[in-house]
Amino acid sequence: MIDILFWALAVVSVASGAAVFVVNSMARATYALAVSFIAVGIMLVMVGLEYIGIITILMMVMEMAIMAVYMVMYMGMNPALMPMDMTHNKRWSAVLAGGTFVLLAAGALLIPWPARVGAPAVDLTASLGEALMGPKMLAMLTISPVLFATIIAGLVIINPRGRYDRWGDNLKRDTPDDPMRGGLGR
Amino acid sequence: MTLQAVLLVAAALFCVGLFGALSQQVVVMVMMGLELMLNGVILAAGAFWWFLAPAPDGQVLLLIVIAAMTVEMAMGFAVATLLHRSRGSDMTDSATDLSG
Amino acid sequence: MTEPIVQVSPAWAVLAPFALLLFALAGAGLNGALMARSAGRPFRSGASAPLAEAARLLRQRRQVTVAADVLLWRIGAGGLVVVAILKILVIPLGPWTLADLDVGVVWFNTMDVMIWALFWLIGWGANSAHALIGGYRFLSLAVSYELPLMFALITPAVAARSLRVGDVVAAQHDLWFVIWMPVAFVIFCGSVIAFSSWGPFATGAGRDIAGGFLADVTGVDRLLLLTGRYAVLTAGAAFAVPLFLGGGGGALLPDWLWTIVKTALVLAVFVAIRHRVPTIRPDRFAEVAWIIVLPAALLQVLVVAIIVVGS
Repeated sequence: MIDILFWALAVVSVASGAAVFVVNSMARATYALAVSFIAVGIMLVMVGLEYIGIITILMMVMEMAIMAVYMVMYMGMNPALMPMDMTHNKRWSAVLAGGTFVLLAAGALLIPWPARVGAPAVDLTASLGEALMGPKMLAMLTISPVLFATIIAGLVIINPRGRYDRWGDNLKRDTPDDPMRGGLGR
Repeated sequence: MTLQAVLLVAAALFCVGLFGALSQQVVVMVMMGLELMLNGVILAAGAFWWFLAPAPDGQVLLLIVIAAMTVEMAMGFAVATLLHRSRGSDMTDSATDLSG
Repeated sequence: MTEPIVQVSPAWAVLAPFALLLFALAGAGLNGALMARSAGRPFRSGASAPLAEAARLLRQRRQVTVAADVLLWRIGAGGLVVVAILKILVIPLGPWTLADLDVGVVWFNTMDVMIWALFWLIGWGANSAHALIGGYRFLSLAVSYELPLMFALITPAVAARSLRVGDVVAAQHDLWFVIWMPVAFVIFCGSVIAFSSWGPFATGAGRDIAGGFLADVTGVDRLLLLTGRYAVLTAGAAFAVPLFLGGGGGALLPDWLWTIVKTALVLAVFVAIRHRVPTIRPDRFAEVAWIIVLPAALLQVLVVAIIVVGS
């Protein structure tokens, strides 16, 4: 029963992953990727990682919804499903990808994997939380400034109008010169 | 559901993503290929965790990989937006200033 | 008072959609009655309006737009009811629950992120400009409310030291969470109204864009979409009960009856808010959400965490 579910999810995830590059419409490509992520999230839940599997589904669906907006913004509206083939170097990419798959599959099947060490904790989420707050605090300490730097860097790169556009050359205007006023008028 | 089976699926996801990342011309599609590759990595990491060493430390690695994927996506979209604004195009082939 | 939460057999899951749709119908009836009263007509004509509308939509032939993305459109329109049913799987009715997940609170959060995808798909599928604008307006609102919602959902979990819904209910046997974390409660209620695209947060379906994502949806799809909006509002109202209002706790009545009464009261308040609060623009709301609401949510979590660690 679990095997059937696992193989069904595996086929769904790889097929929808391949569909991302095959379908003609951008919205379908984005949501095919979302389906692939949902399948992987369910597989993670089957492997016992409840919290991380559900978090993966949450984050990836949110990301796909936003990515769909970007896809439509850059690639134009193509709902008439015109055939688009914007690829370069298809043959060598396929050869490289196929070779990598053969290599990885050979490794997965031929390496003598060691036996299992230890058993999972009774409350996995609690043990993850305690590990993060205790021995693995360094991981949290590193990720936090990285995420914060990402937010700031993303905003700086994207922002079309800087401080001097909004507040004047002396930064002394009373109200900011925005095309659309914000809710607080700052 | 053995370790080898899950690793095969993860390798397949990784290679489909690799094909996409190498062959697509549009920046956003390249990033979707990268996402598929990291998808495979996350699945493989989860499989290794469960089948070889189910200690809480392995889960921390998964969280770090997911955080890295998020950071990469955010920066990628910011750069794609900037490219679109300054060049008016979304193809990687029009951003080859540093090559050659 | 409150008994510990126990998981019942999955066979009871067939009753869950009926209970959900019954509550959604009651909510729609209340909305119709309030609209009839403000138009000067008697209550009863408005209260039966949802049934009449459902009958009309079941008979109506679907309108077809040019080059519509039919697959994505149908998935979007039909998915709302499915998401609502998935949400109530973790909500306990008194002492019984259908899915006693260890991460029930995060499951609820995941399901309401699916709604992001669904409303955008509805807007995209019709291949019409107004519908797409409606979908985009919903996404711009969603980006603003999502972080405060996540922190508002984590606050009861911090107080209960667990992500399991049963533990959150058990931790309220002394004092309901709504009393000492009111900010989280208000943010949660606002976010439920926002992700149902209801009332003040319904710019996506606004009249200034010819109905937004409701514009081109007809026939059975429209029935599923409108039902789905009420169903998701109901699921959110139902989740406020174990999270903030003490679950089934209360004097005299049995647990499951208290859950139903509390859900009905919260749903009535949500429906009535539409007739009191004007529509909020997403672009104005963004600044308010990031500068006032998000720090308030963070301060609330901080205060709760200090209390929990100190006790």
